[in-house]
Parts: sequence; structure tokens; C-alpha cells
Amino acid sequence: MSFSLNLIADLQQMLGYQFMQHAYEAGTVVALIAGVTGYFVVLRKSAFTAHAFSEIGFAGAAGAVLINVQPIAGLVLGSTLGGLAIAALGRRASNRDTQIGIVLAFALGLGLLFISLYVGYATLAYSILFGEILGISVGNVQLTLIAGIVILAGMGLIYRPLLFASLDEDVAEAKGMPMLFLGIVFMLLVALAVSFSVQVTGVLLIFSLMVTPAAISQYLSRKPSRAILLSVVIAVLAVWIGLFIAFYTPYPVSFFITAIVFGLYLVVRGMRALLKPKKIETPVMGTM
Amino acid sequence: MPKRSANDSLMSVIGPKTTAVAVQSNLIVAENLAAGYRDKTVWQGANFAFGKGEFIAVIGPNGAGKTTLFRLLLGLQPPIHGMLRIFDEQPSRGNPRIGYVPQRHLIDSETNIESLELVRLGLSGKKWGFNPFGHKDREAAVRALRAVDALELAHRPLGVLSGGELQRIFLAEALVSSPEILLLDEPLSNLDLRRETDLLHLINKAVREGGVTALLIAHNINPLLPHLDKVMYIANGRVATGKPSEVLTSESLSSLYGMQVEVLRDPHGNVAIIGVEEHHGDVV
Repeated sequence: MSFSLNLIADLQQMLGYQFMQHAYEAGTVVALIAGVTGYFVVLRKSAFTAHAFSEIGFAGAAGAVLINVQPIAGLVLGSTLGGLAIAALGRRASNRDTQIGIVLAFALGLGLLFISLYVGYATLAYSILFGEILGISVGNVQLTLIAGIVILAGMGLIYRPLLFASLDEDVAEAKGMPMLFLGIVFMLLVALAVSFSVQVTGVLLIFSLMVTPAAISQYLSRKPSRAILLSVVIAVLAVWIGLFIAFYTPYPVSFFITAIVFGLYLVVRGMRALLKPKKIETPVMGTM
Repeated sequence: MPKRSANDSLMSVIGPKTTAVAVQSNLIVAENLAAGYRDKTVWQGANFAFGKGEFIAVIGPNGAGKTTLFRLLLGLQPPIHGMLRIFDEQPSRGNPRIGYVPQRHLIDSETNIESLELVRLGLSGKKWGFNPFGHKDREAAVRALRAVDALELAHRPLGVLSGGELQRIFLAEALVSSPEILLLDEPLSNLDLRRETDLLHLINKAVREGGVTALLIAHNINPLLPHLDKVMYIANGRVATGKPSEVLTSESLSSLYGMQVEVLRDPHGNVAIIGVEEHHGDVV
């Protein structure tokens, strides 16, 4: 596998490997669901909550391995239970950083205990924490695809009420929207999206697909539907390019994904600052 | 009460909507109404009736139960005692004939979503499923924005709007579904005097043109006085309702507060209320 200047040939060479095909398939689905759910995670300022899901999922994954179950099962179970608990407390509760932080720390500790009890200690911890998309099995690719369809269908169904509730909660409630139900469905979809995204980015780098692309897209478009599309495009490109570079270098995929989205974030913020200078406040003359 | 049972039988024949038109003068009726929570009565003994197209100010100190009144009207909270009917029915959550602008909003400087989107959500935010907004949504939203003089704000992000501009957008969001009753919770707070006057004119225009019954919670009655039909004064666990000239008198407010209160008037008709801890009229 040597890199040449002929990109087409490089792509052909890379996709000739089955593990790379699987990585691209799962990575694309993950980027799609992370891009869509991420838009609402950023809009509702629930990034910390999403992170908590992934770390509760970590404890679940480590526990699953210990009892000889697929890590993804533990991830889904852990993060959806976390999602249910937080959603049941209501939206105002989902922004309680302190309580979430306390639970999150304990979940990480628990995960550490499970992993230390397991023989393959270091590699397993490493792959759950930082992602291991290159070794994904055919079964997991199919599972990811099914989860992706469920999540996208779910998000499509609650799209407009969720947007309404995210922008004007009190009016949506007065209009008779089932706020608790909406919150629970959204949190479950995010928890599910987090679980599968962890395969690509790992528990600790979940923000690179769940938060950064959506944050960039919200700078780029004032229309939610267009911003969601942009968020997806950014996430997908980051995964594709990240996988491509990682294939030809000895460095991890997750690093390249985080670097690509972070670089884009800096460029977009910088351009925004240049194009739209902040209103210069005219100094108010004080009456001394 | 024979009168109400006659109404009820009428309703069963021709439906509630027709009845509401028939008894036009009473869109909102309360008798001996009390509001509060299980362990605490906020106010009680309220009697009022508001008709179509009336503009009513709801005035009172912080914590007196002004927002609680709105929660009762919106069906978000049941009365603890007494009778309350809207359109000749019990209040129920999600009544499309009521428009609402709450005091609390989630929009901050980071919200980079255009105003038009929020106004459209006021019309069809309840629809499930991913359906793009249609032409009708857009037209209704544009109409609502024009009604509050905010058409030029349609594509501006919510996060950069000033307090007064945002209130106009919220007003458009509430008006877009053509409500018959409009509940406005402190739309004038945080506005400077000029913006306050501008917004009040817009609200008054929308209310008068659409024949909307509007209840507006405010701290200061004076800017509202030129537009008002009625005022509802909530204080001391009790409620006084009537024409401003009836309620804003030394006798009426003294009896409401249960202590000596003076209402002074300046030559411009502004009132100042003396003798209570919080003043809800400015001395000009």
C-alpha cells in the first residue's frame, strides 16, 4: 500500500481491501446519523449530555466484553439507559452539568474496573476510547445500517415538533405538544446515534462527529433543513478523507477526523469574523 | 343556573363554535375563580368577563399570580376553585384559537436561525413527519411578519435581533395561526421607552384589525392606558377587574390591597400609585 499521485488508483487500491470497504460503509452511515442528530444536540446545547451517553456506553461496552457479549450491545444498553434517565428528568434537567458530570465520572470509573478485570486490557480500552473502525465486522456493518435507518426515520418523524420545542419550548407546550415524550424519543435517538458513532470516533472523540460538523453548519446556514444537510456533508467528508489518509499513513483514523473537522471549524469561524465584523460600539460619553 | 344549562343544550345542537359567536360578548368568563397550587392559593375570588376584541392589561407585583392566570387560560394548570370558561368551554391545552407569547425564551446570541422559520413553526410546528414547508405556510408567515412591521427581519438570524425586534417576531409567531385570544406575558420588559411605544402600537393595531381579545401582562400601566379597554389588577391574593377609570381609583385599589393607597393623576392622564411597596405607575 503505497501512496501515489494518482488518486483514482489510490482509491481503487484502498477499496480493494475488504476491511476498508466495511470501514467506509459503516463510517458513512455513522457520519449521516451523527450529522443529523448532532444538529439538534448543538441547537439544544446538549453536547455535554451526548458526551455523558458515550461514557456511560463505555461502561456498558466494557461490561459486555467481560461477560462475553459484543461491545456494541453494551454501548447501546448503557447509553439508552442514560438517555432515558436524563430525558425523564426533563429538558431543564438535561442541562444540569454538575449532576451529569458526577454520573459520567462514575460511569468511566466503572468502565475502567470492567476493563481491568478483562485479560486483553490495553487494546480493548484503547479501541473503545478512541475508536476502531478499521476492524469492523460485516455483522456490525449491517447492524449499523439498520440502526442508521431507524435513527433517520425517527428524526424525520419528530423533526418539526422537535425544532419547535428546541426554539420555543413554552409555546410548544402551550400548543399541546407532548414535551416529555418528545424529549425521551430524542434522547433515545441520540443515545443510539452515540453508541454507533463510538465505533468510528471512540468514546472520547465523539464530539468530532456529533458536535463539530453541526456547529460549523449552524454558522453556514440560517435554515435548519439546509444546516442539517451541511452538517451531514461535513461529517461524511471528514470520515471519507480521514479513512483515506489513515490508510496511507501509520496514524489513527480518529485523529484525522478530529483534525479535519477542527480545521474546517477554524476556517469557517475565521471567515465569519472577517466577513461579518461585529458592530463597533460607539463609546458612550459618560456624564462625570 | 338555568342560563348556563340553556347554553349547554344549545351547544349540543349546533356545536361549541357557533355558540361562542352567539354569546360574542363573553369569550372568557370567570366566576369566583381561585388559582394556585395544591399547598398554596395564589389569588382567589376573581370574577371577570372579556368580550371579543377587548384589550386588557394584567398588572400586579412580581409573584402576584399574573402568569398563573395565563397558565389557567392555556389549560396548563387547573383552577383550584371556581369556574373558568373560554369559548364557552373548559380551558384545554393546545387550543388553536389562543395565541401565546411567553416571558421565557430559549433564543440567545448563538441562535443562527432565520426569523421566518420560527414564525412558520407557530403555524405548523405541531406537524409530525419530515415535510418541507409549503407555500401556504410561507404566505401566512409573511403576512404575520408584515402585520407586525417585521418583514425586513424575515431572513435575519434570531440571535442578532434586538429585544424589540424579537418581541415583534414572537408576536408574529403568535398571530400567524389567526388566534381569537392573544396572551402576552410581559412583552414590554427590557424595552426602552420608544421601543415600548412602538411595540404597543403594533399590538394595538393587530388586536383592533383582527378583532382579537388580548391580555397583556405588564409592570407599568401608563404606556398602556391609551389603548386599554379593561385592566385587571392582581395583588394581595385578590383580583380587581374593570375599566381603567373604575379600577385605578384610590378606593378600588385601597380595598384590593387592604390598606390606604392613593392614585394620583397628572394632566396627561398618567397615574401614580402611592402607598404600596412596588409602584406600578410612574410619576411623570
